[in-house]
Amino acid sequence: MSLKFTPDHEWIRVDAAGVATVGITPHAQDALGDVVFVDLPEVGKTYAAHDTVGVVESVKAAADVFSPVSGEVTEVNETLRADPSLANSDPQDSGWFFRIKLSDPSQLDGLMDEAAYAELLKNA
Amino acid sequence: MSHSADSELILTPLHALHLELGARMVPFAGYAMPVQYPKGILAEHLHTRQSAGLFDISHMGQVALRGDDAAAALETLVPMDIHGLPEGKQRYALFTNEQGGVLDDLMVIPRQRADGAGQELFLIVNAACKVQDVALLQTLSDRCEVVPMPEQALLALQGPQAVQTFARLVPEAADLVFMTGRWMDVPTEGGAIRIFATRSGYTGEDGLEISVTAADAQRLARLLLSLPEVEPIGLGARDTLRLEAGLCLYGHDIDTSTTPVEAGLTWAIQKVRRHGGARAGGFPGAEVILAQIDQPNLAPRRRIGLIGLDRTPVREGTELLAADGRSAGRVSSGSFAPSAGGPVAMAYVAAEFAVPAGTLYAQVRGRAVPMQLQPMPFVPHRYWRG
Repeated sequence: MSLKFTPDHEWIRVDAAGVATVGITPHAQDALGDVVFVDLPEVGKTYAAHDTVGVVESVKAAADVFSPVSGEVTEVNETLRADPSLANSDPQDSGWFFRIKLSDPSQLDGLMDEAAYAELLKNA
Repeated sequence: MSHSADSELILTPLHALHLELGARMVPFAGYAMPVQYPKGILAEHLHTRQSAGLFDISHMGQVALRGDDAAAALETLVPMDIHGLPEGKQRYALFTNEQGGVLDDLMVIPRQRADGAGQELFLIVNAACKVQDVALLQTLSDRCEVVPMPEQALLALQGPQAVQTFARLVPEAADLVFMTGRWMDVPTEGGAIRIFATRSGYTGEDGLEISVTAADAQRLARLLLSLPEVEPIGLGARDTLRLEAGLCLYGHDIDTSTTPVEAGLTWAIQKVRRHGGARAGGFPGAEVILAQIDQPNLAPRRRIGLIGLDRTPVREGTELLAADGRSAGRVSSGSFAPSAGGPVAMAYVAAEFAVPAGTLYAQVRGRAVPMQLQPMPFVPHRYWRG
């Protein structure tokens, strides 16, 4: 399915099995600058939507990473942990942060589609 | 310098050039300043360490003190030997307060006046402190003339290739050694540009700081940027470069609550101004500062360097605990250090924790991040001393 977005500048992509991949948007990485560190959630742990699940730090700043949805974290991107610059160079693909098994897929309805997110950025 | 209509921020003479170069502008000490250019802080930092970076530091204050009594007068505000400073030799100095704290740090160099009408002391002070510094200097106005120079811009050209690159334009620049300065003419197609250059900086690298009139600043900056070694560098990289070099940032690593001894800046106070010296004391806070020099145990805290033992950046304000859980102190500056390749920090800790190679635990988001004390600079200085 297509991408959805949060007002906190995360993207989320859900696969057929109901597992979502989450990362930060190109806009978020651009605003942060060179990413030098990521803190990722714990695999197997359950989080509620809007919980702080990680941190992304650039040379200048630190920002929280929130979970867009509720569920159990099934996987984190160890490649990103080793090379945080992937969040800058490839934010919507190899720079993903974590995968989460949705406990309430209806939460996706509250997120923005690509057009709505583009609109948010335009008005930011 | 001019004011922008919509934001109240002061614009430097290079503002249009920054925008043209794609800089991300941020407010800093009342100025609109470039924090980074499109290549980003990491690339700019590394470029400066291997080649030559051009910085706009026109927000800093430039002030001249004129008159035969200027050096003696300035010595009443700073614990440095100004009287004994020969023309063309630059010195790091501190304005102190009655408690022995630091009001600002500055550079001082005696030089010929631009109009040739004798000597003056040329001072460069921090942007955020310059109004207060000029007011402080005005208290000397019965002894010397205090001349703020807002019409001057300031550029820094820093990096291992900075001076040899600049010397292609002005060969005599290569004759300068670290912490000396002189007037020079930069030949250009539109006529020579008169500059005052010192071989100094705030990156730990060899390089120059160049005072130039606002009217000539953009022409000079464009000329320097046309040299293949030179890239524009923003304030973001300036901060990581100075942090790796172990250099204090006023308002963070030194302020009115830190004495020069606590800050590890005792080296900046010449013997002639210490107890037993010919002009001992006679500056604000002398009693406190000189007693701390004689008996370092009177200085309760120490500025130390720390390197992170894991990848977590540790930022200003972070509390540091000892292994037994006691509070040791607080981080005054901290970041990821691009050349050191990991997190570094400066901190103030109680003297008992300033143990070589000791371990302290930074409290970051509820986790204890181990950091090890390390002598500064984190990256070796590469000054040219001749």
